[in-house]
Amino acid sequence: MEFHLTEEHRLVQQTAREFATREILPVASQLDAEHRFPTEIVQGLAQLGLMGVTVPEQYGGAGMDHVAYVLAMEEVARACASTAAIMSVNNSLVCDPILRYGTEEQRRRYLPVLASGREIGCYCLTEPQAGSDAASLQATARLDGDRWVLNGTKAFVTNAREAWVFIVYARSEPEPGPRGISAFIVERDFPGISVGKVERKMGLLAASTCEVLLEDCRVPGENLLGARGEGFKVALSTLDGGRIGIAAQAVGIARAALEDGVAYARQRRQFGRPIAEFQAIQWKIADMATRIEAARLLTLRAAWLRDQGRRCTAEASMAKLFASETAMFAAHQGVQIFGGYGYIKDYPVERYFRDAKITEIYEGTSEIQRLVIARNLLA
Amino acid sequence: MDVVVCVKQVPDTEQPIRVRADGSGIDEQGLNWILNYYDEHAVEEALRVRERHGGTVTVVCVGPPRATEALRTALAMGADEAVHVWDPALEGADHLGVSRVLAEVVRRMPHDLVLCGRLATDDNASVVGAALAEYLGLAQATAIAKLEIGDGVATVEREVEGGVEVLRVPLPAVFTVERTINEPRYPTLPGIMKAKRKEIRTLSLQDLGLDPAQVGAAAARVRYARFDPPPRREAGRVVTPESPEEGARLIAQFLQDTAKVL
Repeated sequence: MEFHLTEEHRLVQQTAREFATREILPVASQLDAEHRFPTEIVQGLAQLGLMGVTVPEQYGGAGMDHVAYVLAMEEVARACASTAAIMSVNNSLVCDPILRYGTEEQRRRYLPVLASGREIGCYCLTEPQAGSDAASLQATARLDGDRWVLNGTKAFVTNAREAWVFIVYARSEPEPGPRGISAFIVERDFPGISVGKVERKMGLLAASTCEVLLEDCRVPGENLLGARGEGFKVALSTLDGGRIGIAAQAVGIARAALEDGVAYARQRRQFGRPIAEFQAIQWKIADMATRIEAARLLTLRAAWLRDQGRRCTAEASMAKLFASETAMFAAHQGVQIFGGYGYIKDYPVERYFRDAKITEIYEGTSEIQRLVIARNLLA
Repeated sequence: MDVVVCVKQVPDTEQPIRVRADGSGIDEQGLNWILNYYDEHAVEEALRVRERHGGTVTVVCVGPPRATEALRTALAMGADEAVHVWDPALEGADHLGVSRVLAEVVRRMPHDLVLCGRLATDDNASVVGAALAEYLGLAQATAIAKLEIGDGVATVEREVEGGVEVLRVPLPAVFTVERTINEPRYPTLPGIMKAKRKEIRTLSLQDLGLDPAQVGAAAARVRYARFDPPPRREAGRVVTPESPEEGARLIAQFLQDTAKVL
C-alpha cells in the first residue's frame, strides 16, 4: 500500500492549482454575482487539457486517467464550483460516454471539438417527472426511415444554454422501465431541439441549468450512441464516472470552506484573542479537515478503481455520498466560523454554502447513493 | 539557438517553513518542492527564444534525487532535454561548487545562450548565475527584464534605480532573469504526458570528470553555522488617548522606551 501521487499526477495537481488560484479564484465571486458563464476560463481549461482529461491524445484529449481528472477537479472546485460543474459535465457526462460507447466516426467527429473547448456538451437524462426514477423517463424516439424522431422535455440540464452536443436519453422500444431506452448524440442545430427556461438557482450561478425541448427533433440514424435499447446501461456506467467527478468537486468546495475558515479564525479577534484560540473553533476545523481527508481518499480510490477498469459503482456512490455531505458540513461550519460575516456576500464562504448543497442532489441524491450502496451489499 | 537553462528545486514558500530544533537547517518533513519561480521565467524565456529562432532548450539541475521533479516541470512546459547531476559528495557543496559543476555540464553541450533565474527563493543568494559565467569565461548580465537576440549578439535591458540600462552582449553569454521578463506558461496535461516519456539523464561527478575535493562539501568556502526562525511577531498594542497630544506623547514614549528607536 502506497499513498503518494506519481510525478505526473503531482504536476497535474500543481498546474491545476496554479491556474485555479491565478485565473479563476480572483473572478469567482463576480461570476456568481453576475450569473456569468466563464467563457475565457473554459478556454483556458481547454488549453491546459482539462476539458477532455481522459480523452486519448488521438482524439485531441490529454490522454490522462481519472486520478488526474479528480485531482484537477478538486483544484478547480476549490476556486469556483460553477466552473467545476461545467468541466465535470463536459468530461464525465459527454466525452466519457462518447469515448466508451461511440463509434469511431462519432469519436472523431465529437471528441476533438469537445476536448479543445471549441464547443461544450450537456447531458439530458432527467425529466420533470423522472428524477431519481430515471428509468421511468417519457421522452420518445421513433425510427422514421434512416432517422430518429425525438419528442419530450428534459429538465435541469447543466451547460444546455452554451452546449453544442446534447447526450439525450429517450424511449425507443415499447418496453417500460430501463429496457426500452436508447441514447442519442444530438447537435444543437438539428431541427427540433431547443433550450427552454433557464432555471433560477440557489447556487452554481455561473453555470446554466435549463429545460431542453425536443419537438419532432430529427436525428440521423448514425447518431444513436451505443446499442439500441441499451441506453440505460450507458447512463448508469456514465454516472459511475460522473459521481467520482462530483465527489472531487465536493472535496474542493469543502476545502475552500476549511481554508477560508482557518485564515479567518487566525485573524478575527474576539474577547481579546484570535478566535482560532477557542476550542469551539478548533473542533470545527478538526472535524472539517478529518472529513475532507476521508472524502478525498474515497474519491481517489474510486478514480483509481475506474482507471484499473474495475467495477466501481458502490465505491463511486460512497465517494459521492460522503464527499457531498462533507461539502455541506464544511460549508455549514465555515459560515458558522465567520458568524455574521459568513451570512453576507462580502466573503466567499456564503457562496460555498449555496454551491455545496447541489452536490447532495445532482447525479443521484444522497438517498439514491445509499440505495446503490445498500443494493451492492444486499443483492 | 541552443539554450541551456540552469534550474533549482526549492521549497514552496506558500507553505510554512520550519527550522529544525537543533538549528542545523530547515525541516524538510512534509515540504512541497517546486521549480524556483525565477527559473520558471528563465525556462519560459528560453522557450520563447526557441519559438522565434529555432534550436533546442536543455534544462540542467544539480540537486538530490527529488530534484528531477523540477526538471520534469520544465520538460512539461516544453523543454527538449533535461540533465540532472547528483553525487553524495555534493551534499553540503556551496554556490561556487555548484557553479563549477554546472559550468562543466554546460561546457560539454552546445550553448549559444545560458539562462538562470536571478535568485533562488530558498537562500536568495544570487551567486550561481554570475559565478557560472565566470567559470565558463562568458559575458554576463544579471537580472535582465528584456532579451532580444540579434546576429551573434543579444540586447538586454536591466531595471536599475531610476531607469533602464540597455546592454549589448556578445553571444554566447550567461543571463539571469528578473520575474518581470515574461509570464510563464502553465504546463499543459499533454505537455505533462510528453514530459513523462522524456528521459532525464543523471550524471555523477565522475561522469563529468570532476574531483569531489574541488566542488563538493570539502571545497565549500561557505558553511551554514546555524538556522534560526524569524522572531515571532507580537500582537500590536492599542492605546486610546484622550487627546491628540496625549496620543503623540504615548507613541513617542513607545518609540523611546519599548522600541528604543529614538
